[in-house]
Amino acid sequence: MMNREPEQYTTGEVLAPPTERYTVLGWLKKNLFSTWYYTLLTLVTIYILYIVLKPTLIWAFTQAQWQVVVVNLRLFMVGQYPADQVFRIWIALHLLALTAGLAWAIWLPRSRRTGAFLLLIPLALAALPFISSFSRINWILFAVFALAGWGLGTWKPQAMRRPLLALLLAYFPILILLILGVQPILKIVKTNLWGGLLLTMLLAVVGIAVSFPLGILLALGRKSELPIVKFFSIIYIEFIRGVPLVTVLFMAELMLPLFLPPQIVIDNVIRAMAGIILFEAAYMAENVRGGLQAIPTGQYEAAWALGLNGFQTTFFIILPQALRNVIPVLVNQFISLFKDTTLVAIVGLLDLLGIASAVLAQPEFLGKQREVYVFIALIYWVFSYAMSYASRRLEVALGVGER
Amino acid sequence: MSKRIFYVLGVLVVLGMLLAACGNSGQSSNAPQAVKTVIVTVQAKGGSNTPSGYGATLKAVKERGHLICGVNSELPGFGYVDDQGNYKGFDVDYCHALAAAIFGDPSKVEFRPLTAKERFTALQTGEIDVLIRNTTWTLTRDTDLGTNFAATTFYDGQGIMVRKDSGIKKLEDLEGAKICVATGTTTELNLADQMAAHNIDYTPVVYEKADQVYGAYDEGRCDAVTSDRSQLVSRRTTLKNPADNVILDVTLSKEPLGPVVRQGDDQWFDIVNWVVFATFTGEEFGITSKNVDDVKANTKNPNIRKFLGLEGEMGQKLGLSNDWAYNIIKMVGNYAEIYNRNLGPDTPFNLPRGLNSSWKDGGLLYAPPIR
Repeated sequence: MMNREPEQYTTGEVLAPPTERYTVLGWLKKNLFSTWYYTLLTLVTIYILYIVLKPTLIWAFTQAQWQVVVVNLRLFMVGQYPADQVFRIWIALHLLALTAGLAWAIWLPRSRRTGAFLLLIPLALAALPFISSFSRINWILFAVFALAGWGLGTWKPQAMRRPLLALLLAYFPILILLILGVQPILKIVKTNLWGGLLLTMLLAVVGIAVSFPLGILLALGRKSELPIVKFFSIIYIEFIRGVPLVTVLFMAELMLPLFLPPQIVIDNVIRAMAGIILFEAAYMAENVRGGLQAIPTGQYEAAWALGLNGFQTTFFIILPQALRNVIPVLVNQFISLFKDTTLVAIVGLLDLLGIASAVLAQPEFLGKQREVYVFIALIYWVFSYAMSYASRRLEVALGVGER
Repeated sequence: MSKRIFYVLGVLVVLGMLLAACGNSGQSSNAPQAVKTVIVTVQAKGGSNTPSGYGATLKAVKERGHLICGVNSELPGFGYVDDQGNYKGFDVDYCHALAAAIFGDPSKVEFRPLTAKERFTALQTGEIDVLIRNTTWTLTRDTDLGTNFAATTFYDGQGIMVRKDSGIKKLEDLEGAKICVATGTTTELNLADQMAAHNIDYTPVVYEKADQVYGAYDEGRCDAVTSDRSQLVSRRTTLKNPADNVILDVTLSKEPLGPVVRQGDDQWFDIVNWVVFATFTGEEFGITSKNVDDVKANTKNPNIRKFLGLEGEMGQKLGLSNDWAYNIIKMVGNYAEIYNRNLGPDTPFNLPRGLNSSWKDGGLLYAPPIR
């Protein structure tokens, strides 16, 4: 018979490939003690860990005086931002929680991990023993807002898509308005009072958000066939890459006023941001160019054959593939940008590192540099690791490396 | 082909020139070369930009509504940020005194934290109105940098701290010793000069930051540590066993620290000078922030009456209101109050007044008469 199918395909169950399951001991035996040299390596490693970790832990839990961090926690977080205005930063955070909750429900409805991040981390922070009750309430509120966003999103996933996009687009302007203030309603807080983690995050987020599109344009410019565009892109990229970031910041902060007419006073923080953006855009451009070069010519030809014009080819065919290829490099760049923001400390902005140095000069906490530096190192690590973790999830979601 | 070579060469030349310029400005302001480049740029391209000329700074400050004061944000006792986010310290109090004299309100100050490297550039470009950041008055800085140094507020000097049990008593005992010092400071150079003058062999152990210098000394990585005496005294309190360490009775250098202003505005220079002198004078007269109102109500002494603005037009001669000195004393305090608040017996530093006593007590603080 022509259409007779083999029986095993219609009725047979498709079995999952066998997974390996071990008991704890079995896992240990397989991974740590399978041969005599593995055993030796394991023992040596354990010994090294022991001699390194023991004094560290003893120091952290018995000798270290964390009072310096506890007392100055607000300084580390928001710098000299006035205490009676800190609620504005909390409002911004709650709005972020709401947005993230919505995004969780609409885009990743099955991701338990996202939910755990959004709910457990703020609750864990609220449970910290040394924070003020105001912060405690606000962290709980943060979790509540995240949950509310999730609820809204699950209740009406279709209707909530537009508000979510609007929130995402409007978030950054709202954030800046909240932090800076709007004259009649919210008191203006001048940028020289912004500091600590707040300033670090702002510099990093603005740096990433603005230098990324700028870098893409520069990369496209460098690949362009228009000679002037190409020439200037190359000059710009090569000039900036030949100058250290410190120098760019120093120029922006201290030399720029020399070239401007006296009526024009550009804000300190804006100048630092501009310096960082201009600098990072050049590096971003080269990263993106790497991705562009990896796209085979066949893709361009196929796009032309379909009748797409140059703009459509670039933005719908080439860039999505090119950017997908360079995610690890871009995230690497973002992480290094995040840490490079510490350089603004040398041009008189009190970012996280700058405020740490100022705290260390308080007479009552002289000589507490270990506690302070360990604390800010932990903060930098948490954010850098979060970025690299997010990028790994993004790669999995986009199927990078599985083509 | 030849076109391409032209492009490449052109780019390289432009880049080279720009890099040379940037490189210079990024370097330490101690290097006279770098500083000259900066100044040439100031005069050639931005001369009209910075407030200069008689009276221009005061006018700019009054129009702006607040003073911009360049300070140190990380020097214990002199400039730091307290846990409420307010600037505190000896130098910071002088910024407040200046604001009190100009506006009658010590809070009308915006602080610009500055590093040692950028402080003079910030002053030259007009980013700040006055630099009060533990800056040593030297001939080179007074002339080459286009700056003027106002009256010294703090007489410091470089000293050496050793462990008591090391048996080191004088400079010569340091033969072959390892000495911890912060890099890139005049401290390092003074040490080299003094040791060369006395023909003593030693090994400098240099670190980038003060925290590292004292950490290394405390862990026994060097036999001695050198820096300004005020810093030695304050840092001694943070060592494991402060009493086991002794500061030698030698002074390697003179370090007069005081406010700095731009050259070219003599009125502003006078104001900063006389604000410092007013704090000295307050102490000489025994007028403090507590008793100033009593004194003002009851005094018959014509000198005090001129000082507090009851007669004469002293403030107007400076371009200020006549109660300028009263405001300084009332709102910030006299020299002794400023000193004791930041460095005195009630602070962890407990720094003896020494040279920083009034001339009446054998110190160097001597204010010209206000009349």
